[in-house]
Amino acid sequence: MRTLEDILLRHPFLKGLDQKYLKLIVGCASNVRFRAGEFIFREGEEANHFYIIRHGKVALEAFSPERGAITIQTIGEGEILGWSWLFPPYHWPFDARAVELTRAIALDGKCLRNKCEQDHDLGYELMKRFAYIMDQRLQATRLQLLDVYGVHDERG
Amino acid sequence: MSTAFMMREADDRDPMVPRLFKVRRKWREARDIFTIELSPDEGTHPFSAGQFNMLYLFGTGEVPISISGDPARPEVLLHTIRTLGAVTRALQRLKTDDLVGVRGPFGNPWPVDEAEGGDVVLVAGGLGLAPLRPVLYTLLARRRSYGRIALLYGARKPEDLLFKRELERWRGRFDLDVEITVDIATGDWLGNVGVVTKLIPGVPFDPLSSVAMVCGPEVMMRFTVKELLRHGLAEERIFLSMERNMKCGLGLCGHCQFGPLFVCRDGPVFQYSRIKELFRVREI
Ligand SMILES: Cc1cc2nc3c(=O)[nH]c(=O)nc-3n(C[C@H](O)[C@H](O)[C@H](O)COP(=O)(O)OP(=O)(O)OC[C@H]3O[C@@H](n4cnc5c(N)ncnc54)[C@H](O)[C@@H]3O)c2cc1C
Ligand code: FES
Repeated sequence: MRTLEDILLRHPFLKGLDQKYLKLIVGCASNVRFRAGEFIFREGEEANHFYIIRHGKVALEAFSPERGAITIQTIGEGEILGWSWLFPPYHWPFDARAVELTRAIALDGKCLRNKCEQDHDLGYELMKRFAYIMDQRLQATRLQLLDVYGVHDERG
Repeated sequence: MSTAFMMREADDRDPMVPRLFKVRRKWREARDIFTIELSPDEGTHPFSAGQFNMLYLFGTGEVPISISGDPARPEVLLHTIRTLGAVTRALQRLKTDDLVGVRGPFGNPWPVDEAEGGDVVLVAGGLGLAPLRPVLYTLLARRRSYGRIALLYGARKPEDLLFKRELERWRGRFDLDVEITVDIATGDWLGNVGVVTKLIPGVPFDPLSSVAMVCGPEVMMRFTVKELLRHGLAEERIFLSMERNMKCGLGLCGHCQFGPLFVCRDGPVFQYSRIKELFRVREI
């Protein structure tokens, strides 16, 4: 069976990271699972973790009284969920709900945040990786905002 | 002499003269999209995946529409149409046994034969699934000639998904990866939410042997190409279907000009490497 360490070592998010930092991150990691429908975090709650999704699917949702839960995006296998633990005030801006049975590795962001403050090399390595994910998500969100399949556009 | 007679006479001879087809059936696919089944009084209408017809309605006008049916069944001519303006609205109002003029098929096909022996990735956005459906029919009919086959399909909302029953069937197959995503959904949608390009990293394909066929709005195709290139697919292995306003469909009038190319004659399917410079230019 693959250990937590194996899984983390192979994940693209941590590729190229110095061995000593990897060890430190493994120390902050734990295996978690969520049943279909279960909330992983709720809007406004304190953000202390981030997740590497191993299997399953998570919906990021905003709730509106008129329209109910609106899914903004789904996060699937291999993707990273959550970066609010990195930025004050460390609160989740959305709900995250497992759409199906989801297995993930939870990383203790609060602990990592302190380590990053003490060791800026680690901080930079993690920031670089999160900045890349944020850039990808921002581009995807922009494309989503273009509403390309609307009738105002060519074909689609 | 009646118009109908003149048209039948001219059948197969003059590509400028429509051939008469009867409406057999028509059904709704989504809010503003329907499929119409046409058949000629006699004979068939052979076509290749990716080709389009000019549909002519007397007194209203003529529009280019891709063929969305199975090339192996040329006796059933299907078009999947979004109701937009005068002609498509009039097509939507047709009843069983009404007549439609058909010119075509025009344009070059998707590279279904060239893709043999490798993996195939189909990326469809919105109505772009209609011109790709004939490809999927052909690939599945010749399943053993291909490696992995993936269909990645993005739509605006769950209600806008086309060919829902077929999508369900395709998703149930073990020899086909079907991934669907929508831009907007409420909590009862259990599928993916996000842009179609996000589905690309999730499908295992061998970039060296794969062919990608992409159809949808141009912006969606631009982002899709970028993502496919990032995953190692060569420009020559990416094919896109382009749309421009058309009149003759034969490379004569210049209406469908796309830089130095005519979409009706040189396309609508283009190898990305051939049009990449034009693709980036605005107002072409
Ligand atoms: C090769 C090719 C294949 C096509 N395949 C299909 C198909 O399978 N199904 C389908 O529904 N349509 C398809 N189209 C587009 C279709 O030809 C147009 O939607 C149609 O010509 C509109 O005619 P109309 O008289 O109903 O609307 P018009 O009165 O001509 O236009 C009504 C409104 O729609 C806009 N419009 C016109 N054409 C387009 C277009 N291509 N895209 C977006 N907006 C447009 C106009 O600017 C106007 O605002 C294809 C076009 C090409 C070139
Ligand atoms: S439509 Fe006339 S040249 Fe293409």
